Amino acid sequence: MYLLNRKQRHAVNYTWMIISLLLVAFLPFLLFLGLYIKSVLLLDDYSLVDLIFSRTWKPSSGQFGFYPFIVGSVWVTLVAMLITAPVCLLTAIYVTQYTRKYFLRIMHPAIDILAGIPSVVYGLWGILVIVPFISQYLGPWMGVKTMGYSILAASFVLSIMIIPFVLNILIEIFRSIPMELKEAALSLGATQWQTIKHVLIKKALPGIIAAFGFGLARAFGETMAVLMVVGNVVRLPKSVFDPGYTLPALIANNYGEMMSIPKYDSALMFAALLLLAVSLFFNLVMHFFIVRYNKF
Amino acid sequence: MTRGQKIEEKVFKSLMIFATYFILAILAIIIYSIFEKGIKSVSWEMLTQIPKGGYYYGKGGGILNAILGSLALATGASVLAFVIGLPVALYLNVFLIRHKKVIDVIRFLLDLVWGIPSIVYGAFGFSLMIFFGLQTSLLAGILTVTLFILPIMIRSMDEILRTVPVGLQEAAYSLGSNKSEIAFKIFTRQSFSGIITAVLLSFGRGIGDAAAVLFTAGYTDHLPNGLLEPVATLPLSIFFQLSSPVPEVQNRAYASALVLTLIILIVSLFSRGLGKRYHKTKINF
Repeated sequence: MYLLNRKQRHAVNYTWMIISLLLVAFLPFLLFLGLYIKSVLLLDDYSLVDLIFSRTWKPSSGQFGFYPFIVGSVWVTLVAMLITAPVCLLTAIYVTQYTRKYFLRIMHPAIDILAGIPSVVYGLWGILVIVPFISQYLGPWMGVKTMGYSILAASFVLSIMIIPFVLNILIEIFRSIPMELKEAALSLGATQWQTIKHVLIKKALPGIIAAFGFGLARAFGETMAVLMVVGNVVRLPKSVFDPGYTLPALIANNYGEMMSIPKYDSALMFAALLLLAVSLFFNLVMHFFIVRYNKF
Repeated sequence: MTRGQKIEEKVFKSLMIFATYFILAILAIIIYSIFEKGIKSVSWEMLTQIPKGGYYYGKGGGILNAILGSLALATGASVLAFVIGLPVALYLNVFLIRHKKVIDVIRFLLDLVWGIPSIVYGAFGFSLMIFFGLQTSLLAGILTVTLFILPIMIRSMDEILRTVPVGLQEAAYSLGSNKSEIAFKIFTRQSFSGIITAVLLSFGRGIGDAAAVLFTAGYTDHLPNGLLEPVATLPLSIFFQLSSPVPEVQNRAYASALVLTLIILIVSLFSRGLGKRYHKTKINF
């Protein structure tokens, strides 16, 4: 009935498992190595500090300053987190502490749908709704002239995109806090909000920080949606209404011409390497927060 | 409770309610604006034809090339990621069950990889392509997307396989099964619905991602007709049509976005349905 006997089948399955496992385990190192080898051409000629802090981006004359892109990415990410963090924290507390179970059954599919919408569609929605809103209402109302394609538009779209991601972690964290802790605080006469403020949030703090950190890392690398609404202007933004440019957008916009200018491909691979390093670093640090949280 | 505390309590509770309904409202607005814009331009012609000459200036044709291309790419990547991912998830939960530390390290690595942005995979895939002398093609796209969805697939399967009770495993051992039999015959059957969900989830991720395929899959107006040919994908077709100045072409971008969103919604609904249906093969404890 079988081609191989039991022992042989076991051997085949086992080898298959080990090969797959090795491939997966070495994937982060492979990614790093692959991108490093490609960007070494650039790193040979320019120092790392120069690349990161130089402000002129003129690939055709060999000037590769990543500073505007890094600043753009940091702005977009931080403003997005400013929107996402309070919204997610408040929602997570509300659905876990104040509402009945059925409400979570409404929230979960909603979160799933938000998580499932592809980033291009988010970008399109940003162009349809957010960009005109900023240029026609918010900008004039704040007394600023803006195209709409701006850091703020990118941040807003981005903040919506990472909500499902952050919210899921936060809900898990608040649900994992033992009931007794809450009961003890309530029995001592604390009100519900006092319990949340002084007991739950304190207890969950490492977890909350980790959730925000994961969200931040995710936001930093988001490409298409940001690219579509951020404006793509290589300039240091002065306010959130200015257009900007982010590292992922830089890579995505220029892949077509990167083989035609010397070192351009290396520069783009270096941008990818930077993104990889930021993502690995944040996830690493946040992982230790989560480990600390689980130890309590 | 003082007056101040009461006010604080009220203020924060209303803020929470506001935040929650803000999220639900945003979701409703997104879905509404995608449907409202898209439904006007969706037509039978669009779904069943490839772009004709002058398509990008508003002339006739459709996006069948992108729809089929995306489906082919995401299916290929899901199958490949499944072939690599299932054994890893099984290995973690059957073979390494006594080595908690090793499992933790591998899970940690997977979570790290999960967090890497897709554009990085795209750039990596591109440098691999150059290294092997490949052109932009369906194959290169599939390989890149596979790497990208692999951690998602493994971690979701892993979460399901973790819930298989130890008792089941012990019963199988006592009947004389070896480890790989337990893995492939018992664990896969017990968590069948969860595995399907994991595959469909990864499929959804793969079909919606643009940044990973931007460099690797290329773009073409023809139907995909081979692994080594470039292939069009829906997210990229939305992106390209949207950057056109011609209003008709932009309208088609909205319609394409609707098609993509619908595909993803259907896949996710399907995975929920399947999950319920295949509970029969599961032994309940």
